Amino acid sequence: MSSFDNPLDPNVSLRGGCSCGRHLSQSEHDAAAQELQGRAVESAVIRALFPQDNARRAVLKAVGASALLAAVNQAFPLKLAKEAFADTGGKLEKSKLKVGFIPITCATPIIMAHPMGFYSRHGLDVEVVKTAGWAVVRDKALNKEYDAAHMLSPMPLAITLGAGSNPIPYTMPAVENINGQAITLAIRHKDRRDPKSWKGFKFAVPFDYSMHNYLLRYYVAEHGIDPDKDIQIRVVPPPEMVANLRADNIDGFLAPDPVNQRAVYDGVGFIHILSKDIWENHPCCAFAASKEFVTTMPNTYKALLKAIIDATAYASKPENRKEIAAAIAPANYLNQPVTVVEQVLTGTFADGLGAVQKVPNRIDFDPFPWHSFAVWIMTQMKRWGQVQGDVDYAKVAQEVYLATDTAKLMKEVGLTPPSATSKTFVVMGKTFDPAKPADYVNSFAIKRA
Amino acid sequence: MARKSWAPALLSFLILFLFLGVWHVATLPEKGAQVVDDEYAKLVGAAAASGQKSAMPGPVDVGKKVWSHLADPFYVRGTNDKGIGIQLAYSIMRVLVGFFLAALVAIPLGFLIGMSPTVYKALDPFIQVLKPVSPLAWMPLALFTIKDSGLSAIFVIFICSLWPMLINTAFGVMSVRKEWLNVARTLEVGPLRKAFRVILPAAAPTIMTGMRISIGIAWLVIVAAEMLVGGTGIGYFVWNEWNNLSITNILSAILAIGLIGMLLDAVLNRLAKAVTFPE
Repeated sequence: MSSFDNPLDPNVSLRGGCSCGRHLSQSEHDAAAQELQGRAVESAVIRALFPQDNARRAVLKAVGASALLAAVNQAFPLKLAKEAFADTGGKLEKSKLKVGFIPITCATPIIMAHPMGFYSRHGLDVEVVKTAGWAVVRDKALNKEYDAAHMLSPMPLAITLGAGSNPIPYTMPAVENINGQAITLAIRHKDRRDPKSWKGFKFAVPFDYSMHNYLLRYYVAEHGIDPDKDIQIRVVPPPEMVANLRADNIDGFLAPDPVNQRAVYDGVGFIHILSKDIWENHPCCAFAASKEFVTTMPNTYKALLKAIIDATAYASKPENRKEIAAAIAPANYLNQPVTVVEQVLTGTFADGLGAVQKVPNRIDFDPFPWHSFAVWIMTQMKRWGQVQGDVDYAKVAQEVYLATDTAKLMKEVGLTPPSATSKTFVVMGKTFDPAKPADYVNSFAIKRA
Repeated sequence: MARKSWAPALLSFLILFLFLGVWHVATLPEKGAQVVDDEYAKLVGAAAASGQKSAMPGPVDVGKKVWSHLADPFYVRGTNDKGIGIQLAYSIMRVLVGFFLAALVAIPLGFLIGMSPTVYKALDPFIQVLKPVSPLAWMPLALFTIKDSGLSAIFVIFICSLWPMLINTAFGVMSVRKEWLNVARTLEVGPLRKAFRVILPAAAPTIMTGMRISIGIAWLVIVAAEMLVGGTGIGYFVWNEWNNLSITNILSAILAIGLIGMLLDAVLNRLAKAVTFPE
């Protein structure tokens, strides 16, 4: 066995030669296999162009093989197709995977990829496992019970920074959803719509390191309410929020859907404001995996990410939303009435106050993990004292939010990724410049830093 | 005159019917007029459409739900949706594994503590500190160190069933009647023989009482533990239906949990009677 053979392949011949025995060495065998693979692609393309053998032969005789290939190359990038074929043909290190999720519509791409066959299309046998809360998702992901998981977009940053857990290099190759959250208040507060009158309210958010926490804090602070002194914010797992609102344990929550819509469905709450009206197109949940998984199983990671980006692309089209709602509502996934999920995904919803609102981008799907999202999240961690000391915003953002991988795979599934990885955006009328994070933190009147 | 044997059973049924009757009347749906337009009403639940909060289900709804679970207890519709029978089997399996592991540790250790006052005094402070800790408080620690959620749930059962068995075994061994030990000494019985032929039979009823308390606690704890870790088990079932605010399903699960708990207790009660001796 030569030193360049795969030492883990039991079929590699030990007597020189190759694993199939027809070539002089393993490298010759590999080259032949690659050539064969290339030939298969060529053959598929040419046969698709000329389905009838006689017609193909006639053309070949008239113009010659190389001229035909060159002509086809003009219209169809054969070389690229061959590479792409070789790419997906890379052997999966592991095909049975476990991916954890929390039953909320933010996880739509991760969940729908199972019943709608996106995982199996990419050669994976994925078990999607419903999980009780964010802390458990984090622990099971760190324990490697899950190969990858649905997390909140700040969580991989917090895990990497070591806030709330031991620092472990974590990555976030794709954003699941943008928008799609809301502030819901108990019905009895329907005349107290001005946040300035919310002193003494008790709010629930799903996790400390969540967009929900940062958006709620941002929203009330912009209205002059100190989120640590004037109101109380507690962590309640999403499924328990409606039950708590019903029991008057809390006055409201900034929660992921379908929780908001479920509160309306059961007549316990009304939707005060959609999160998109705080920050249009903000990220929320994410698909996350450990750096170890990404580096030790590159092919599996790629196939999994591609399946999820593929599903995200499908979910981003409004005409597919009803079909998706029906696929993810059953007990195996979200366990919610179909109409609730449908109202969230289509954006035609009852607001709890007797009106039907039509907001098509109430929730939207865009996998691109902007580095500026990560920087904004870290400025808020800093603002509220979750991380101490100096933060190298740009470096952590680049290490955790794997924008390059995402962009490459987005192209492969027919999406157009942006050319930059950073952008400025506006949160409640205030522009955020990702190049100056420290100034941004200092510009707030209410802060803990 | 002998008491009529059917009287308590009749009373039980009467109480049950009274309870179901009150429940039924209390939860009769109020026929509220629809206060919103038709388009809106289609998007919300029936209660919300008439300006109310969704109501508590009545006994008939729950009965139907229980029947649907009984009709098909072992279905598997994917990783996260399995029949109530399968969920109960998972929970019982976890409880039994944790319980027997605890018995393997607690009974020999309890024996040692009961027979040696020195060991008893040495271990007492540890037992006193660890005993009152809620088993669920161990859960984050278990997840962090054991790194497996299934094993962590079993560990939590282990730790909560340990203390009653340990303390009861020690107490049973300590309170073996002095006369019997003296008789054994007079007859020059070896220490091993004394332990198995004199102390064990004498302490057996107390040990069994400890085991009965333990299995009761273990069954209480497994539901909470499974609600925390999720995945499988009757606790997960309750959590999953809480997610859906489905009170009928939760009540069905409560009924099932109660019945299985009663069954486990009855089995150990039988065993306890088998080892009890007349003095």
